Amino acid sequence: MPAALLGWTDTLVQGVMLGGLYGLFAVGLSLVFGVMRIVNIAHGDLIVLAAFGAIVATSASGTVPAPGLPLWIAAPLVVAAMYAFGYILQRGVLNTTIAGGELPPLLVTFGVSIVIQNLLLEFYSADPRSLAAGGLETRSVELFAGVTVGVLPLATLAIALGITAFLQWLFGRTNIGRAFRAASDDPEIAGLMGIATRHVYALATALALAVVAIAGMLLAVRTTVAPADGPNNLIYAFEAVIIGGLGSFWGTLAGGVILGISQAIGFRLSPGWGAFAGHIVFLAILALRPQGLFPRTRTQA
Amino acid sequence: MSQEHRHQSNRRRLIKAAGAATASAGLELLGAPAFAQGARRIKLGYVAPITGPLASFGEPCRYVVDQMQARFKTISIAGRSVPVEIVLKDSQSNSNRAAEVAAELILKDRIDLMLVSSTPDTTNPVADQCEVNEMPCISTDCPWQPWFFGRGGKPEVGFKWAYHFFWGLEDVIEVFTNMWNSVQTNKVVAGMFPNDADGNAWGDPKLGLPPALARQGFKLIDPGRYQVLTNDFSAQIAAFKKANCEIVTGNMIPPDFKTFWTQARQQGYRPKVVSIGKALLFAPAIEALGDLGDGLTSEVWWGPTHPFKSSLTGQSAGQLVSAYESATKRQWAQSLGFSHALFEVAADVLKRARSIDDKPGLRDAIAATKLSTIVGPVAWTGKPVKNISKTPLVGGQWVKGKRYKYELLVVNNKTAPGVPLGGKMKLLS
Repeated sequence: MPAALLGWTDTLVQGVMLGGLYGLFAVGLSLVFGVMRIVNIAHGDLIVLAAFGAIVATSASGTVPAPGLPLWIAAPLVVAAMYAFGYILQRGVLNTTIAGGELPPLLVTFGVSIVIQNLLLEFYSADPRSLAAGGLETRSVELFAGVTVGVLPLATLAIALGITAFLQWLFGRTNIGRAFRAASDDPEIAGLMGIATRHVYALATALALAVVAIAGMLLAVRTTVAPADGPNNLIYAFEAVIIGGLGSFWGTLAGGVILGISQAIGFRLSPGWGAFAGHIVFLAILALRPQGLFPRTRTQA
Repeated sequence: MSQEHRHQSNRRRLIKAAGAATASAGLELLGAPAFAQGARRIKLGYVAPITGPLASFGEPCRYVVDQMQARFKTISIAGRSVPVEIVLKDSQSNSNRAAEVAAELILKDRIDLMLVSSTPDTTNPVADQCEVNEMPCISTDCPWQPWFFGRGGKPEVGFKWAYHFFWGLEDVIEVFTNMWNSVQTNKVVAGMFPNDADGNAWGDPKLGLPPALARQGFKLIDPGRYQVLTNDFSAQIAAFKKANCEIVTGNMIPPDFKTFWTQARQQGYRPKVVSIGKALLFAPAIEALGDLGDGLTSEVWWGPTHPFKSSLTGQSAGQLVSAYESATKRQWAQSLGFSHALFEVAADVLKRARSIDDKPGLRDAIAATKLSTIVGPVAWTGKPVKNISKTPLVGGQWVKGKRYKYELLVVNNKTAPGVPLGGKMKLLS
């Protein structure tokens, strides 16, 4: 393969890998918005919170009690804890604000974001931390001559694909999925049909936070996390959701991958253009196709 | 989210002092302003990034303020003992917030002297506020060029109210090239400069690294400024691999460096030397890199082996570090010495001041400072420019430690031979 072509192939491959991470960030956001119409400003902070949960669970020393669990035990525990936290957050806090329209829950999630940042800062200081994954972070495989990708980004993409497939199946093929869609389309009628919307909402947020937990742990292996890092993760998740279109998980993942590729191409042209190229694609789609590239057009499952 | 750190005990002391002043007022019938002066106290305002992304720099502030408040119950000014109050405000690592709290300290808290530290985002807006409001200001912990030129300073004029002590870009360039010249490489350097105040200053084609490196025979590969908190550095890594850069330098924040450094390993890029400003200053950031932290090099502003003593407490650098570590259960940080030195200079200025109500007099006292502090001598001699006093800088390498996971050893002291070497610089494996 000629060198220039190889360079662009590498750029595309790295962009797809980056897109996997963005897609994973976005799926949880898309789920909460899709079912409850809640714009979760705390999404990025919840990612950081989950990352801290895993870091604390796996670290063996420190000023705060640290159980020093191996990662393969800690990871499912963190997912379960975030699932439970999501249920409580929705049932105990967000459900009480949902009747007042879209603004009150948005403001509440904004508050949750501030609370998470400050609690993390208070307990764990501003130190950047990361999750040790036993050398996985630096391992790589050669896809074909001249293009090597890290095992971690590859795993992130695979996990994003797996989670998206699972959610799409759950929403399309199961009773709880039908309940999610019904509660989303018309909570009142759904209630009359015997669906406990408050419980269904809580389950949706719980599910979203379980995905957030996985995203947070992968982020903490990839880079460092500090209490104030949350909002920065939010913006790319938002962009991926908007590009992909609301309501379709495959669309959201595709949105993430499109964002990742746009950024990678931008980076290649000039390092300063990466994030910018992503924003341009996002704005272009918002202007030309506000419903997103892959909106939910199916009316029947 | 406002972080205000007032000392209750001090307030109580103040009430007591006010009571004593009332009691003695009768005895000093002729000294009419005696009551007012007895109740007068010195208020020091201190702004630092305690929360937000730059909070690692401000981490030692609380400890230093507590230590100082315990020490400085009163200070003797023009023969009179005056109670001292320190008001610590958090800039939240945000320049707008920094300007806001500075204005609040000046206009609402009515402080007598402003202290500010840590990164241009905090020092610059605070110094600007002091300039506008004619408040004497002592500043530190920010390379002097972003502080001076970043605020539109002209070398021949300088500033009226704010004085700064720290090192500059020329020092970090010298320290880095000294380190690189002490080992065998192909002298091809990869540059990682973000699009922020520090990154633009470091990468500046006239005043930054590029001309200095060219003079010393290094070839710099600079792909251009990147956005802070970038998630992917594959493009830069590909460029560095292609040019076979054996040295990586730049000014990065910890999350960007970790992303870059793990991706570099994943994509098979293995330089021999990595000397980065900002990201590699503090031990927790190195620990967060896991095994990838071993052997990275950085500039060292201050550390436990620096041969200086505090003019206030008499502690050596090593003693201050041990006191900090045992009180906070944290590994020392370089900003500790500078935060401490800020109060050394403030105390020295107040001691020499003729009156606390004479702001220009206080400012002149700052300008006339000649003090040997825990970070080295501080004196504003007009060099390199007015309002700037330079402190020494050396080169350090992070190695696996005994007490802590990583320890910072001084490996190059050509710029300041007084600072003892802790080891010999090693290449990355």
